[in-house]
Amino acid sequence: MKKLSKMFIALSFVGALLAGCGSGNNAAPAAPAQSEKPAAQPADANQGSSEKPAEVSSEPVTAVGSTALQPLVEQAAKDFMAKNAGAQIQVQGGGSGTGLSQVASGAATIGNSDIFAEEKKGIPANELVDHKVAVVGMAAVVNPKITVDNLTKQQLIDIFTGKITNWKDVGGEDQKITLVNRPKSSGTRATFHTFALDGNEEAEGITEDSSGTVRKIIAETPGAIGYLALSYLNDTVKPLKLDGVEANGENIATNKYPVWAYEHMYTKGEATGTAKAFLEYIMSEETQKTTITQLGFLPITEMKVERTADGKVNQK
Amino acid sequence: MSRRSEGTTVIKSNIISDHHTPNKGERTDYLAKKLLTRNKRQYVQNLTGKTIAMICAGLLVAVVVSITYFIASKGLTTFFFDGVQIKEFLTGLKWDPEGEPAAFGVLPFITGSFLVTMLAALIAAPLGIGAAIFMTEIYPRFGKKVLKPVIELLVGIPSVVYGYVGLTLLVPFIRGHFDVLGFSLLAGGLVLALMILPTITSVATDAIEAVPQDLRNASLALGATRWQTIWNVVLHSALPGCLTAIVLGMARAFGEALAVQMVIGNTTKLPGGLLDPISTLTSGITLNMGNTIQGTPYNNALWSMALLLLLMSFVFNLILRILSRKKLVNK
Repeated sequence: MKKLSKMFIALSFVGALLAGCGSGNNAAPAAPAQSEKPAAQPADANQGSSEKPAEVSSEPVTAVGSTALQPLVEQAAKDFMAKNAGAQIQVQGGGSGTGLSQVASGAATIGNSDIFAEEKKGIPANELVDHKVAVVGMAAVVNPKITVDNLTKQQLIDIFTGKITNWKDVGGEDQKITLVNRPKSSGTRATFHTFALDGNEEAEGITEDSSGTVRKIIAETPGAIGYLALSYLNDTVKPLKLDGVEANGENIATNKYPVWAYEHMYTKGEATGTAKAFLEYIMSEETQKTTITQLGFLPITEMKVERTADGKVNQK
Repeated sequence: MSRRSEGTTVIKSNIISDHHTPNKGERTDYLAKKLLTRNKRQYVQNLTGKTIAMICAGLLVAVVVSITYFIASKGLTTFFFDGVQIKEFLTGLKWDPEGEPAAFGVLPFITGSFLVTMLAALIAAPLGIGAAIFMTEIYPRFGKKVLKPVIELLVGIPSVVYGYVGLTLLVPFIRGHFDVLGFSLLAGGLVLALMILPTITSVATDAIEAVPQDLRNASLALGATRWQTIWNVVLHSALPGCLTAIVLGMARAFGEALAVQMVIGNTTKLPGGLLDPISTLTSGITLNMGNTIQGTPYNNALWSMALLLLLMSFVFNLILRILSRKKLVNK
């Protein structure tokens, strides 16, 4: 009996090993097949004029990257596949950096990102085509027990750089401030760093990557302050006004509230086939008005200003 | 099918020869023939068995070699192409790979990894070895039937669950009792201790069980109490095995990422005490890997940290080797 069970364990181990190898082998040829596609795209784009409607094929489209954008793309992909039988869209997270590098190397059809490709070192931004699909605002968020509900930009900077360490210095109760930060590579941190802190270096604090965990920590830790995309807000945490301006769609659309970022979906070369149809679907009036608004994002169509990769804001 | 039919022929021939009292020469002839002729089927079986085993072994060796090569080639880029000094990397206190100028000091991560591992081992080792003694020496029936399965159940719980439980219960508990944040070295050590407890317990149990019964009997015959026997005889001769158990547990703790990341706070600073937040090598890698671009110095620095982890696991393996050799000498 003992021998038999040992044999069984050994066999199942070998089986698992082989299965692992098998999947590895399967994955390998898939990647080059996809990477050939973008090379063919520019030629197509030049020949056929862009008037031709995008055709949906059964060729799988992969959209990889930003976890902030992921829920939106997932929902849109679900709706899109329900409407177009045979279309296959796979959505994965992994972070903005992963999205950008995967689409640049051709491993993914669409790369989702919270930041401009130009902002990330090591990405050939001129090879990528930017599709801005939505806008998301970010707000400084505090534990609901904190009585402060407005901070000036200077106060916010002083808090995050560690100059102010007690809530009583900004009109709250006598309580220590706990910073909840994102990792240095995070896209959300980059946006907050640039537009809320004016590029000032943050002090060390608790660091967590997933927005859900950050929200949980802020909700449970007395005196905690952090930042979240508006799509992640709920009753357990309290967003702060910045210079008296509330973080809402109206104020973001006019750039009165400056802490926001585009949600980008990059393709390598012009999008074709299913990917093009999918991007058109996301940009359609219908998706922008319903799905995007419901999930806490701001439709790109409602923006009254435009922002370039180097942060310059122009009226539309 | 064919095997069975052949078996029957052998038996038949034996029966026949038994019954018809025998022509002995014929029988030995038959057996000699049977034994000396090369059995084709057995030959094929042996060959396939050997081939499968060789392929598996070769595959494993190839995997290990290629992983080592891959991580080393990526990890060493930091030093050979990005121009980071190894000394600066290992002893620097500032971690700001995208800053101007960039700083690649990973000492806070290394310190965090070591401290949290040591703490976990300090907590889990006495508990695990204690449980092993209980299971083998004091109450074997209850231990084998109840305690061992229960402890081994801990292995099956995914590490993210440990992290979440730690974040939900342990962190607020520490915060409530010590007037600190709660995200701390202590929380990480406690979570890890629970996670490595099964490893330590089961390996230590095997080591203690392997102590010959004669030693116990001799000790008891000399008039030693049960406690004296356990402490001076059993534990003493099982010591290398128990150390192996602890090192195995530590190796596991050193590489654990998710659970630790959720409860230690990930502050890139040297901790001032047990209740301060820390970072570990693994949490540094998991937090940043997804957002860095392959080929940039930032990404390469993360691979260097991975290389460090790999080297540490080699060190742990080396210690295990030395310990197991010691065991042989003791015998």
